[in-house]
Amino acid sequence: MTNDLQSWGRFPLATRQTTHALAWQTDSIPTAGASLLPYGQGRSYGDSCLNENGTLLTTHGLDRLLDFDAATGVVRCEAGTTLETLLKLTVPRGWFLPVTPGTKFVSIGGAIANDVHGKNHHRAGTFGRYVRRFELLRSDGSRKVCSPEENPDWYEATIGGLGLTGLILWADVQMRPIHNPFVITETVPMADLEDFFKISRESEQDAELTVAWVDSLALGRRLGRGLFFRGNFAPPRFDGLPLVRSHLSHGSALAVPFNLPGISLNWLSVATFNWFFYRANLLRRGPRLQHYDPFFYPLDKVHRWNRVYGRKGFFQFQCVVPFSTARDALREIMERSARDVPSPLTVLKTFGDISSPGWMSFPRPGVTLALDFANRGDRTMKLVAELDRLTRQAGGAVYPAKDAGMSPENFAAYFPQLERFKSYIDPAFSSSFWRRMNP
Amino acid sequence: MKKVLILGATSAIAQATVRLLAARGAALYLVGRNAANLDAVAKDAATRGASKVEQQSLDLDDTAAHESLVERAAQALGGLDSALIAHGVLGEQKACERSWTEAEKVLRTNFLSAASLLTVLGNRFEAQKSGTLVVISSVAGDRGRQSNYVYGASKGALTVFLQGLRNRLASSGVAVVTVKPGFVDTPMTAHVAKNKLFATPEQVARGILRAADGRKNEVYVPGFWAIIMLIVRTIPEGIFKRMKL
Ligand SMILES: Cc1cc2nc3c(=O)[nH]c(=O)nc-3n(C[C@H](O)[C@H](O)[C@H](O)COP(=O)(O)OP(=O)(O)OC[C@H]3O[C@@H](n4cnc5c(N)ncnc54)[C@H](O)[C@@H]3O)c2cc1C
Repeated sequence: MTNDLQSWGRFPLATRQTTHALAWQTDSIPTAGASLLPYGQGRSYGDSCLNENGTLLTTHGLDRLLDFDAATGVVRCEAGTTLETLLKLTVPRGWFLPVTPGTKFVSIGGAIANDVHGKNHHRAGTFGRYVRRFELLRSDGSRKVCSPEENPDWYEATIGGLGLTGLILWADVQMRPIHNPFVITETVPMADLEDFFKISRESEQDAELTVAWVDSLALGRRLGRGLFFRGNFAPPRFDGLPLVRSHLSHGSALAVPFNLPGISLNWLSVATFNWFFYRANLLRRGPRLQHYDPFFYPLDKVHRWNRVYGRKGFFQFQCVVPFSTARDALREIMERSARDVPSPLTVLKTFGDISSPGWMSFPRPGVTLALDFANRGDRTMKLVAELDRLTRQAGGAVYPAKDAGMSPENFAAYFPQLERFKSYIDPAFSSSFWRRMNP
Repeated sequence: MKKVLILGATSAIAQATVRLLAARGAALYLVGRNAANLDAVAKDAATRGASKVEQQSLDLDDTAAHESLVERAAQALGGLDSALIAHGVLGEQKACERSWTEAEKVLRTNFLSAASLLTVLGNRFEAQKSGTLVVISSVAGDRGRQSNYVYGASKGALTVFLQGLRNRLASSGVAVVTVKPGFVDTPMTAHVAKNKLFATPEQVARGILRAADGRKNEVYVPGFWAIIMLIVRTIPEGIFKRMKL
């Protein structure tokens, strides 16, 4: 059956895809015909979860919780299980995700295949480091249990393996202990980029969770002006701290019912949003207590928020650049994109030096920058190509999970283990992204 | 529903119901045909909080095994207070028209095996003077249509059987709940194009528990099917037979 499955950025659109829904671990995967690609929750932005002219193996039916040991915090679940489902199971019993991206609506399979990172990268590294074991189903029907001990090469190829090494059926994930569902957070204003580096360095001593929001309209001397958020999971007792209430009560959610015209995100609306966001948060000085949900997943409160960018979709560009070149490179990238379209969401964070087992893992030591911008056709493609070039020049890398425009040459430069990885790709698997990178 | 026997536990609707029951801490005895798939459902139920999960893989077409199955389930859970009959096949109407063997399979699984189970369970619950029998029938059993009358007949027969059983067991305090889902988005209907009438297995599962908790007689899930089927049932046969349904 044809389908309308897309990526989160809804660019590029895949118009000729079929789906094959998986419901059981015992299901076999189709072998004859079009190329295959696992599809989790479609929370990747570009084309890495798309397979034009091919088949998507959808995994939402593979969502069973198979075991949870509340003493050790190891959970076993099928690969289509979402982070949301896991949290519902483990938080009441004192365990949280070891690493989480900014949305809880991603699958475990997707989190492994992109080796996702969170606000604690400087302390914890990537998600893949906490995946103890998983089972991989290949198109030849073989099944491999992979861990650092069993089939270690397949383990390393599949973490960050972009869904190309086979279908992950289930995984064992080591959760991290918490005392309660709260985090203690603090917001610190940053005057400029230099301030970001300074506050980052200081904050990382004591804070497990760090991330910075940057006002994309502050340029020149004030480039990098913004807010630095830092936090820790709350201790068993936290008397006397003020509580941050989110406007929407926990659990409820709004939805964007239809595509907003692309025009709604223009310079003025971004400027207005940034001004309010900046001031509203400045009022919140000092440590505060917040429920984990709005802290980690603010955007999840609005379902299908990707529609605010209109019918043509949007880009997210995320790169990491080494500390040695970061200052200049970030300045250039931010100024270059601001000249084109201001990004309503500009995020900076440092990655630490804890390496991942995954050969194709994106995070590496340095500073990562993420920008959002609406798709405006050729002009946007040109901008992305330029940002890709600047990243390469700085010795950095672009995140495939968010890409719709990097060049094949740069991709090869960003991922030095690419050749080794290639021999682990399942011959029946491919993706729109992969074909774009290997024309 | 605290000690529940689930028949056809690997069906999408049963799985969704099992999750809700597990979250309530129910004790479950799960029966399904495929042992490996059943094992996954059992683990899921246990992880989600079921106080006890036992399982047995069995082809429910084997009616000779029903008596001992119910006995084992009652022993494993220390009694039974309810059962959910959720197994069934859609069959393929065209194949059923061509071949009696195909039609018979549908009738056997959907009606005969259910009737056999209901006989065993009905007697048991009648004797203990309590219990709830929840059975998934279908809106398709309300009126025969050319596009699926064999499936419809199997469910229609089941609906009538349940009416009689309810009538018989009312005096012993046993509830017999007939659930009639409309279109449900499950692997059973994977080949059908979806529209707004389709409900999710989770929606149906919530409807099932609401009906069971309320000891209802016959319920449509989602509820709007009651109106649709009222209209479908009232069309005079003279007109109905010329309609392409
Ligand atoms: C609001 C938002 C915030 C985000 N924040 C972050 C962040 O902070 N950090 C970060 O790293 N990412 C972030 N992301 C990106 C997101 O975490 C990743 O793209 C994630 O991989 C998406 O998971 P998914 O289940 O939606 O997978 P999909 O997007 O559907 O698929 C992603 C990849 O996983 C593969 N895959 C899926 N299931 C399987 C399987 N069972 N076996 C093998 N391969 C499989 C697919 O083939 C594809 O290559 C964010 C995304 C959004 C929308």
